[in-house]
Amino acid sequence: MWILPSLLNKHGILGMNRRNVSYISQYNTRSRYPLVDDKLKTKLLAEKFKLSTPKLRGVIKYQYETAYFPKIVENLQGFAVKPAKGSGGKGILVIKERKNGLFVKSSGQIITINDIKRHLSNILAGLYSLAGVPDSVIIEDLIHPSEMFEKLSYDGVPDIRFIVFKGYPIMAMLRLSTKASDGKANLHQGAVGVGLDISTGKGLHAIQHSRRVQKHPDTGLLLNEILVPDWKNLLLLSAKSYEMTKLGYIGADLVVDKSHGAMLLELNARPGLSIQAANGAGLLPRLKKIESIDPDLYFTPEERIEFSMNTFHSNFNKTPVTIKTA
Amino acid sequence: MKSKLTFYLIIAGLILIGLCLAWHRHSYLKVPFKPGIEKPVWLIEARIDFKAQGEPVRVSLDLPDHPPGFTQVSEQAASTGYGFSIIESNEGKRAEWTKRNSLGPQTVYYKIQMIEDPDAGIDKFQIPTPKPAKIYWDPLQSVAAHQLVEQAYEKSSTNLSFARELAKLLTSPEPDQNASLLLTEYSLSHLLMRLLNHAGIPSRISMGLELEDARRYQPLKPVLEVFHENEWTAIDPKSGAQGLPENMLLWHREGKSIIDVTGAKDSEIRFSMLKQTLPAMDLARLQFENDSFSRLNLYSLPIEEQSVFKLLLLLPVGALIVTFMRIIIGIRTSGTFMPVLIALSFLQTQLVQGITAFVSIVVLGLMLRGYLSKLNLLMVARISTLIVLVIFLTSLISVIGYELGFQLGLTLTFFPMIIIAWTIERMSILWEEEGSREVFIQGLGSLSVAIFAYLCMNMDLIRHLTFNFPEVHLIILAFILMMGQYTGYKLTELKRFGVIKKDF
Repeated sequence: MWILPSLLNKHGILGMNRRNVSYISQYNTRSRYPLVDDKLKTKLLAEKFKLSTPKLRGVIKYQYETAYFPKIVENLQGFAVKPAKGSGGKGILVIKERKNGLFVKSSGQIITINDIKRHLSNILAGLYSLAGVPDSVIIEDLIHPSEMFEKLSYDGVPDIRFIVFKGYPIMAMLRLSTKASDGKANLHQGAVGVGLDISTGKGLHAIQHSRRVQKHPDTGLLLNEILVPDWKNLLLLSAKSYEMTKLGYIGADLVVDKSHGAMLLELNARPGLSIQAANGAGLLPRLKKIESIDPDLYFTPEERIEFSMNTFHSNFNKTPVTIKTA
Repeated sequence: MKSKLTFYLIIAGLILIGLCLAWHRHSYLKVPFKPGIEKPVWLIEARIDFKAQGEPVRVSLDLPDHPPGFTQVSEQAASTGYGFSIIESNEGKRAEWTKRNSLGPQTVYYKIQMIEDPDAGIDKFQIPTPKPAKIYWDPLQSVAAHQLVEQAYEKSSTNLSFARELAKLLTSPEPDQNASLLLTEYSLSHLLMRLLNHAGIPSRISMGLELEDARRYQPLKPVLEVFHENEWTAIDPKSGAQGLPENMLLWHREGKSIIDVTGAKDSEIRFSMLKQTLPAMDLARLQFENDSFSRLNLYSLPIEEQSVFKLLLLLPVGALIVTFMRIIIGIRTSGTFMPVLIALSFLQTQLVQGITAFVSIVVLGLMLRGYLSKLNLLMVARISTLIVLVIFLTSLISVIGYELGFQLGLTLTFFPMIIIAWTIERMSILWEEEGSREVFIQGLGSLSVAIFAYLCMNMDLIRHLTFNFPEVHLIILAFILMMGQYTGYKLTELKRFGVIKKDF
């Protein structure tokens, strides 16, 4: 289904070109990109700023270190292996349990230690990194999604993507993995994206493969009845990532763990635009709203999320706004 | 806002400079905008025969020097054993052959190529009015001449109309006594020239060559010229009409003589001519070889380098197309500029063969790569393996193609092997991670961009412009810069966000 550009503009949909020219290159300092492109740096930084993230269990930087891998995960039943510079969820291997010396992936597939080692050397060689440069491996704790999320998603952990602009969370989307997405919460691969009301954390609209869906295709749950728990803490965590990175326009990926609550998974300096389709709303009016705040004033993260919750309710985009086109 | 203005000024400047330079090249250096234009060229050969007498010989021939209506393209002399040089002096341009010792009948040749050019030969600066030549008559003729001049003078107002009236008097069916008397002594043109000079009007006899295709042994013909309003104007002595007859090349205008020969006798000069057609491109190149602006082009490079540049200068067009396809259309390709490199290799292989070979190499490569992933290789080693395999596949396809009778073999080596190996690697990972659908989307995207780029780069006009008008690249640059500032929607985004239509 096609839509007229004038209509897109009227609803304030942000296009990729405009995102790159007017937001990413304007508000994100190039020199700070490594903080978010390298998940290891993000993690260490988050620990420094006391933002909760999954516990780091080990780092592998060189090929010979793969031999020590069994020792690193000796005491772990489940764990996640990630490339430090991976993008779009590429190269993430989630082991949910061990069985007779073998490893069970989140999809239920059973693999051997050699399969994992091969994956490790692939990561180290830079197969999943952004520019194909040599990479390192992060091994961290498995996330146990809270019960409510467990029901929602077809294996894999649902995460919540926030667009955080100058420290204000302005749009949010819950990403649910499906059978089609192979347990990955990546919209490109067929995960379901559910737009969330910034004020309440309630589900608004949902999309899969750029098409509207009402129910989760595998679990059959009604998506607009979702209410994300611990919403305020999630917002706060996402807002605090601004102090940590000083990047003006970022995507923050958060999860809710059964025992640890809201946790920061990773940050993205080039967040995707599908979130607008999931929300049925454009980013531009919200970006303009934040841009209109006097830059001399400083607000604490708490004040900022208060502002966001009051402003970006589900009806925000319905109020007519005029957007000047550049 | 200020930086925006500078940006647009730079863009406007680039486009303007590009257009102006191109226009200059077109109008002054005669480089045609379109490829394949041909122009007629006259090839004229002057042949001088003489009998040498065993002494040092020197032959000097007057050459056309910026004749009106024609532009010289090239000249050369052929004469075995003779020293040859072209001497330019105040008296005009002369060719000179010299030999220390020769005996018997000799022949020297001089060849010149001329193109018709209505603007040529018009004097850019004023020449001082020459003095009329002194004319001597015997007493009887003097009276007749005087009367004729008086008669014509009364009926005319300018030099030209005076010449016309004189011509009328001399050529009337029943000429009066004065005219008949003088015509018995002099030829018509000479008589007119004498009478004009007698009346104080500078005039002269030049020698012209009537150009006619495939004529041999033509002599030079006299052409009467009258000085009028700061320039020499040709007059037809029969009708008095002004202007040169068509296809008349003024070979000899001023100076001492057409031909001077010392150390030989019985010299004779004859002309042969031929009308040829030459590509306008080559003509422009020949004509302006030494112009300082035309040195700012690529013709001065050796031919081999030129052909490399011909290909290189097509790359900006490919880059422009990729920029357009990705920023405005939003087509996803695997590897940003891979399609351009593929398109470049299609230029060598032809489209259909190129696509067939490319697709089969990639498909076979993907199949082999499937096995490689089981071998648990380090990435660099895996890609190196792929490069070897791709080269192997290319040779195999070439051999099979050759056996089947397709002359594909050599041209396949133009495929960027390393790029193809990387493409296979990336596509294979894409397949594992995002499924076959994404592979097809990106594969088709890359291929269609490559085909489109090929079609553009293969257009004669574009090849002609990019190589012969290097300034066109400034315009391409301006367009690329402009697209770099485009903040509107991509075409594919109109579909991607089509889903929100329902929400409003």
